Amino acid sequence: MRREPPQRLADYAPLAFPAGMLIVFFVIPFATMIAVSFFEREQGGFYQPAFVWDNYARFISLFFGKVLGFSLFLAIAVAIACVVIGIPFTYLLSRTKRKLQVLWLVALLSILSLSEVMIGFAWSTLFSRTAGITNLFTALGLMAEPQALTPSFGAVMTAMTYQALPYTVLVLYPALVRLDPTLTEAARTLGASPVRAFFTVVVPALRNTILATLIMVFIFALGSYLLPQLLGRPQHWTLSVLITDQAIYQSNMPFAAAMAVFLVLVSLALVGLAVYAGRQKEAV
Amino acid sequence: MTTALRRLFFLAVGIFLALPLIVVAGVSINEKQTLAFPPQGFSLSWYGEIFTNTEWRNALFASLTLAALSAAVALVIALPLAWFLWRRIAPWANIFQLLGVAPFTLPPVITALGFLTFWATTGFYGQPWTAVISHAIFFVTLPLVTLSLGFSAIDRSLVEAAATMGATDRVIFRTVVLPLILPYIVSGYAFAFVLSLNEYIVAYMTVGFTMETLPIKIFNALRYGYTPTMASVTVLFLAIAALVFGLVARYGDLPKLLGAMADDR
Repeated sequence: MRREPPQRLADYAPLAFPAGMLIVFFVIPFATMIAVSFFEREQGGFYQPAFVWDNYARFISLFFGKVLGFSLFLAIAVAIACVVIGIPFTYLLSRTKRKLQVLWLVALLSILSLSEVMIGFAWSTLFSRTAGITNLFTALGLMAEPQALTPSFGAVMTAMTYQALPYTVLVLYPALVRLDPTLTEAARTLGASPVRAFFTVVVPALRNTILATLIMVFIFALGSYLLPQLLGRPQHWTLSVLITDQAIYQSNMPFAAAMAVFLVLVSLALVGLAVYAGRQKEAV
Repeated sequence: MTTALRRLFFLAVGIFLALPLIVVAGVSINEKQTLAFPPQGFSLSWYGEIFTNTEWRNALFASLTLAALSAAVALVIALPLAWFLWRRIAPWANIFQLLGVAPFTLPPVITALGFLTFWATTGFYGQPWTAVISHAIFFVTLPLVTLSLGFSAIDRSLVEAAATMGATDRVIFRTVVLPLILPYIVSGYAFAFVLSLNEYIVAYMTVGFTMETLPIKIFNALRYGYTPTMASVTVLFLAIAALVFGLVARYGDLPKLLGAMADDR
C-alpha cells in the first residue's frame, strides 16, 4: 500500500487521540506557563491574572546575571568535557566487536536512565570523607588523611560530566557508526598513524556532527537541576535550580515561569542551531 | 591507535562510569547504618528494608505503578500517531511529531513547571493520576521515536501485497504491520518505563506533596541525612535498568534502535 493523503474525514480518526492529548496536556500547559509568567504575585504564594513585565524585569539584576553567566559557563564546560572524551570513545566503540558494543550500550543506557537523585547521591558518597575516594588516596599514601570533596565546583562539574557522558556517546553513536571506514583506511595506507588519522580525517569529517552534539549536550547540561544543589555551594546554583527553588520553596510561580520561558527561548534557539548544523552537508 | 592504548582508554572510561556505582554498592551492604567504604561487615538487610519498611515499599510500589501506567499511556499516544505518519501523506501532521519530541528535548524543569501551573490552574494539583499523564506526555518521545523507526523498516511491498489481496487497513494492521513492529512497541515501552521509574522533577512538581515515588523519597531522605536504603534502592534501580535494556538487546537490535544501520556490520 502506498502512502496516500487522507481522503475522508474518517481517515483522520487515528490522529484524534494523540493530537488531543498533546494539545491538551502539552500545548495548553505550556501556554499556561507563559501566561503565568505575566501574572502578579500575591502574598502567601498565590498569584492573580495580570499583564505585567515585572517578572521579566527582575532578570536585569546583578544576581540574575551571575546565575545566568554561571549556568552557561558550566553547561559549556560540561559539553566540551563530554565531547572531548566522547568522540574518541564512541569512535573506538563503533569499531569494536558487536557483542562488546551491545554490552557497552546497555551499560550506558542504564547509567543514562539513572535518576539524577541517585547520581547525586552516588557522587556525594564517592566524595564523602568516610566512604569516599580520598580513603583510597590515603591508603595509597597520596594524602595524609581522608577529606570531604563536596561541596565544590569540581564535584558539580564531575558529576554533571558523568551524567552527560552516556548521553553524548549515544548522540554521537549513529554518526560514527555510519562513518565510512575506508576514509581512515586510506589515511593509514598513506602512512598516517592511527592517532593522526583520527585527528586529520575523522574529526574534520564530523565537524558538523561535533558542533550539533556540543549544542545538544549543552542543552542537556543546562537542564541539570539537582546536582548543583546536592554537590555545590549556593554560588554554583544554575538557572534550572533557581526555577525549582522559586516555584517550590519561594512559592513565586510567576517569576519561576518567567525564568522558564527565558530558558525555553535560549534552548529553542540552540536546538534550531543544532538542527541547522546537523543538516549542513558533512564534508565527506 | 594501538590495542593497548585503546584498552587503556576503555578501561579509564569504564572506571569513571563504574566508580560511584561500586561505592554505592559497597555502602549498601554495610552491617550498621554507617556511610563507610570499604563496607564494615556484610548484610543484605538494607535490601530487605526496601520491602519491609512501609515507607520504602509504598514508594517502590508508587514508582512501579506510575511507570507501568504512564509508559502504557505514552504508547497509546505514540502508536496511532506513528502509524498515521507512516500511512498517510499529511505534512502538517508532522507538527504532532514535533510536539511529541519537544517535551523530552527541552530542559525537564520547563516541562515540569508547565505541568505544575496547568494542574494548579485546573484544580487537579496533587492527584496521583496527573503524574501518570504528565509522565506519559514527557516520555511519549521514546515510543514515538522507536515506532517511527519500526514503521520505516517495514517493507512496503508486503503491505501492498496484502492490499491487492483485498485486505482492509484494519486487517493489514493486525496481520502484517503489528507483528513487524511488535519489537519496537516493546522497546518503546521499556524505555519509557525505565525512565519514568527514575524521573524526579516532573513527578515532584506534580504530586511531590501528596505521593512519594522512589526518587522523591530518596531526595527527601537525603535532606535528613543518610540511610543505607538509598544505596540499596540505587543498586536495585540500576539492576532493573540493566535487566530491561539487556532484554531489549537480547531480543531486539539495540545498535539499530539507537540509530546505527544493522546490515553493514
